Amino acid sequence: MCRIGAIKSLNYLHPSQALQLMQSQQKGHDNSGFAMIMHDLGGIFENYKHLPTLSMAATDEGVRLAEDILHQAGFQRVMQWVPETDNRPGLDINAMPNYVFETFDYPRFYRNAEQKEKEDLLLDIRLQLRAALEPNEEGFVYSFWPDVVTLKEIGDPRDIGTYFRLWEPDNKFTAKVITAQCRQNTNYDIVRYAAHPFHLQGYTALANGENTFYLKNVEFQRKLHRGYIGFESDSQCFLYTLHYVHRELDWPLRYFKHVVTPLPFTDIEKREDAQQLKAIRQSLGHLEINGPNTIIGVLPDNTLFTCCDAKKLRPIVIGRTEDTVVFSSEVCGINEILPDRDWETDIYPHEREIVTIDSKLEVQRWKQ
Amino acid sequence: METMKVQDVTPNDLPWKIIYDAHRCTLCGSCVSACSFRAIEAKVERRRLIFSESELPEPQSRFSAVPVIRQVKSIKNYCRGCGICEKICPNDAIRPERNPDSRHPIITRCLGGDSIKRGGRKNLESTVRTLDKIRVGRISQMTDPSLDAQRHTFDMLAPFGRILPPEKLPLGVGPDGLLQTSGTTPPVNWIYPVIIGDMSIGALSWRMWEAVAMAVAYLNEECGLPVRMCSGEGGVPVRLLKSKYLKYMILQIASGHFGWNRIAKAMPHMVEDPAGILIKIGQGAKPGDGGLLMAQKVAEHIQAIRGVPKTDLLSPPNHQGLYSIEESVQKMFLSFNAAFKFRVPVAIKVAASATSVSVFNNLVRDPYNIVGGFFLDGIDGGTGAAHEVSLDHTGHPIVSKLRDCYLAATAQGRQGQIPLWAAGGLGKTGDLAADAFKMICLGANGVFSGKLILQMAGCVGNDQGRCNACNTGLCPVGITTQEPPLVRRLDPEKVAQNIVNYFLAMDTEFKKLMAPIGNSSLPVGRADALVATDQAVADKLQVQYVC
Repeated sequence: MCRIGAIKSLNYLHPSQALQLMQSQQKGHDNSGFAMIMHDLGGIFENYKHLPTLSMAATDEGVRLAEDILHQAGFQRVMQWVPETDNRPGLDINAMPNYVFETFDYPRFYRNAEQKEKEDLLLDIRLQLRAALEPNEEGFVYSFWPDVVTLKEIGDPRDIGTYFRLWEPDNKFTAKVITAQCRQNTNYDIVRYAAHPFHLQGYTALANGENTFYLKNVEFQRKLHRGYIGFESDSQCFLYTLHYVHRELDWPLRYFKHVVTPLPFTDIEKREDAQQLKAIRQSLGHLEINGPNTIIGVLPDNTLFTCCDAKKLRPIVIGRTEDTVVFSSEVCGINEILPDRDWETDIYPHEREIVTIDSKLEVQRWKQ
Repeated sequence: METMKVQDVTPNDLPWKIIYDAHRCTLCGSCVSACSFRAIEAKVERRRLIFSESELPEPQSRFSAVPVIRQVKSIKNYCRGCGICEKICPNDAIRPERNPDSRHPIITRCLGGDSIKRGGRKNLESTVRTLDKIRVGRISQMTDPSLDAQRHTFDMLAPFGRILPPEKLPLGVGPDGLLQTSGTTPPVNWIYPVIIGDMSIGALSWRMWEAVAMAVAYLNEECGLPVRMCSGEGGVPVRLLKSKYLKYMILQIASGHFGWNRIAKAMPHMVEDPAGILIKIGQGAKPGDGGLLMAQKVAEHIQAIRGVPKTDLLSPPNHQGLYSIEESVQKMFLSFNAAFKFRVPVAIKVAASATSVSVFNNLVRDPYNIVGGFFLDGIDGGTGAAHEVSLDHTGHPIVSKLRDCYLAATAQGRQGQIPLWAAGGLGKTGDLAADAFKMICLGANGVFSGKLILQMAGCVGNDQGRCNACNTGLCPVGITTQEPPLVRRLDPEKVAQNIVNYFLAMDTEFKKLMAPIGNSSLPVGRADALVATDQAVADKLQVQYVC
């Protein structure tokens, strides 16, 4: 069973907060891994928000392959951060030889390109890197995007925290939005790519539960977009649907909910927007989910949101203070990092709503 | 001894023998009058009786003429095994018995010089049905709890109509941040995933057809199940065309265009649009063969509805003027979409064939987005009349073909754009819910069924050659006949009630299948919910093999 969590704050936070959030829920997950994605980066990345950062775990050969590809494509490295690791014996971690967090400047001929052109380039390069490193497992390329950093590893989350010295807060490695999860996808093979959160072109998603419409989703998504690949976890489908609805179709976020959990036909008929909702349900029926899931997502503008499936509901709680909002599968996680909040304002989302947190931490509850 | 020629037809040449017990028979005559095939008759037998009239046994013999019931020895009036005699006999004195030594296929051809015709279905059963080698094997439990079939609500509807790919939807974001429609989309009706298959008002008796229409109206108006019925080729009574119940009917047009004169004339008076139009290109039970309504079934009201004299009515095997798939698309586009001002979805029905996927691919790539459904009919379907050789030896099983079409759509990312509806032997064992559910998991949006509806009405025919006399116009239970005395055997209200009850039972069973896989909407294409106990079936259908 997964536990998922996310923190969004007005201030830069260190990942130790995310570890604490998840650690208190450790009885609910199997401690087989740790994965997090940070958006809106602070610390050493703060001055490079507009430039893409590569997050990758690789062998020496993998690093060399990746750097060659990036070099050939014309990317120029402007910054590199190598986490200082704690190699003490006895840690339960299946570590890769290198963890690469490198920020690049765009190729010269792309500097004045349209935003969309740059974004497509970043995706294509990430796919190219992934394909090049995949055959001999030379490395895992998690994200290549401005203002986004991804870390995933197999092992006990506590030990992974120790290994990367994430338990020791500092102001070098921080972000305003952190999403995290403490489990590998143990239903199937242990694959680093299978651990959520997942990232695609500024969108991040993580989920718990089991996607019973996985096959329907996958078969449809495979043909929708070149970036919809992998499918090592059934939760990747949520990211791809989010990306497709919000970015490719350019529909407001609320329609993501209409796509994944369409209203029953009898309810649609009663509504003023019946025509639109029916068209959505018809054309995107293969992206429907049938639960049980809770999804947490981050949009390119760093809006954090959550919604559930409409039938079987996985728990999610939202707690908040003046400067921080925390999403957590279990309330004990929020108690850990926001002990002094007014718990009476906690939100327990229901099956027909999306709760969004914008840049000012304003909470919007949009009812389907 | 009477001279006898070995070529004479005798009961042991025929497919059924009448077993008659003279001792139990009271000679009431019910069986003879009830036999619509005139396969039994009253006769007189010369019998020798041994008796004794004295105190001590002094046997004497006497000959007397005794009235009895005898089987007619004829290839015209032969027993079809329908068992009406047995049903009606108050003393259990008579019944048909299958004759394993029948020479019927040979002598009928030899004596008649014509091919054998019959109704019913394919009668060459040899192996376990494919669908019975598949189980719903992915049971939700633990991390994905199953649903409660009684407590949860289920959204069990299927599309009829062309569905646009999402990027082609005419939707844009308005000033209020909501999606607004800025164009038109093809009409789509969401209906119950089981359509009552196309059986014409000529093939069926007026009581039977009316009973089905009644059941459909009741299911919609009283039970909340949006079941649709396809008219079959042969028109619709004008009264129905002008009524509000037309919205529950899918009007069929086939190569004979029977009944369309009336339909066209009724258009200005229609108060509702029909649920859809189904263009029949082929039929699974007799692919490559057109419709055939024997003259004996062309009663007065059929002549009126179709505007024809009393004669054999043959729909040509092909639509005249239809030489290519592109043309069929044009034909649909021009005539039917336009006829109903693009408010009514138009679909196409073809016989499953080795070439179905190519046909489907052509339609799914049609740039006009007007093909509103691909109805695929397999070999096990029934028919009112066909040549036996077609019934028994032509056709294509439906299960793998439906799957092939779905996977072809999936390979192009076009699944769901042309809804797939499948038929052909579904519900053969009586469990239509199970068959339909498995077909849906394999990629069908819904199924259609005809012969099972007849069985709900009381059809006594089966796949082992019993009855199968729909072509004769002598249906012993009044379903596929236009003979008033036979039609009156059928109680339309009772038939409607049976159909309604079956659908209600089936609806519950659907939920009982959806609940364990944890889905509240139809699992179209969820082949992962199925397992196959046969390796070859598993491989072909791309489902998990289990043993």
